[in-house]
Amino acid sequence: MSVATAFFYLFSIITIASAAMVIVGRNPVHSVLFLILAFVSAAGLFVLTGAEFLAMLLVVVYVGAVMVLFLFVVMMLDVDFAQLQKTVGKYLPVGGLITLVVLAELVLVVGSWNVAPESVLSTPTPAGLSNTAALGQVLYTQYAYLFQAAGLVLLTAMIGAIVLTLHHRPNVKRQDISAQNARTRATAIENKHVPSRTGVPVP
Amino acid sequence: MVIGLEHYLIVAAIVFTLGVAGIILNRKNVIIILMSIELILLSVNINLVAFSAKLHDLTGQVFALFILTVAAAEAAIGLAILVTYFRNRRSIAVEDINMMKG
Repeated sequence: MSVATAFFYLFSIITIASAAMVIVGRNPVHSVLFLILAFVSAAGLFVLTGAEFLAMLLVVVYVGAVMVLFLFVVMMLDVDFAQLQKTVGKYLPVGGLITLVVLAELVLVVGSWNVAPESVLSTPTPAGLSNTAALGQVLYTQYAYLFQAAGLVLLTAMIGAIVLTLHHRPNVKRQDISAQNARTRATAIENKHVPSRTGVPVP
Repeated sequence: MVIGLEHYLIVAAIVFTLGVAGIILNRKNVIIILMSIELILLSVNINLVAFSAKLHDLTGQVFALFILTVAAAEAAIGLAILVTYFRNRRSIAVEDINMMKG
């Protein structure tokens, strides 16, 4: 068994085991941590296939940003998780059956196809370039419009998330800088002529 | 024994199935359902990268890149909806999401 084979089995077993722990875990914090482990070991699988750029993207963007966002939300919401877990066993027979059928179908498909001999590769991997350089060469030329569209998707998601979660509470005093800067001496100061020994009436 | 395309496809199939099982089994917890969707998208990415390596075609990796983008957007929007929902109802159980009577 070569080193690559051993690493393939290591990474795939860790991926599958942690994916299973994600869905059976009692505590959602543990589920998020196992999801992080699944993503990191899938990044290992990507490195084994030669897709180093996607592997690093998975670790940096996915584990570093998205999963940390998941952790934030899970820890921020004060949910009674024990009460949520009561009905897991209820769907086990039907769910297990459907799952096994889906898995059997997918595995049956694996061995029974062929690449059409007349098919043409749309972007063949250039020889003598690293994976990142090759990906960059096609991403900013051939797929430039799709790349821009991906940026628009992210922009929409950002605006959507902000609009969904931003809410103004009433009865909270906040600093209003334009109102402060708009104050003049005329609006801020009132001169009173106070006669001696009488004072001014308090409003 | 040489690791071929079929090995990666089987791993991806198992991860996909676990994601589907997570959606079916955890009928109450929206967070687990979101994480199951992430697992499904990860298995699709494994498939695309494996085919890309096998066929020596970069399209699969470019497509996986875009899937990562869409998955990140989906996670952000989903979690924002979850936070808003929890703020309104003090619960994240799927069965309580019945205000719209859809």
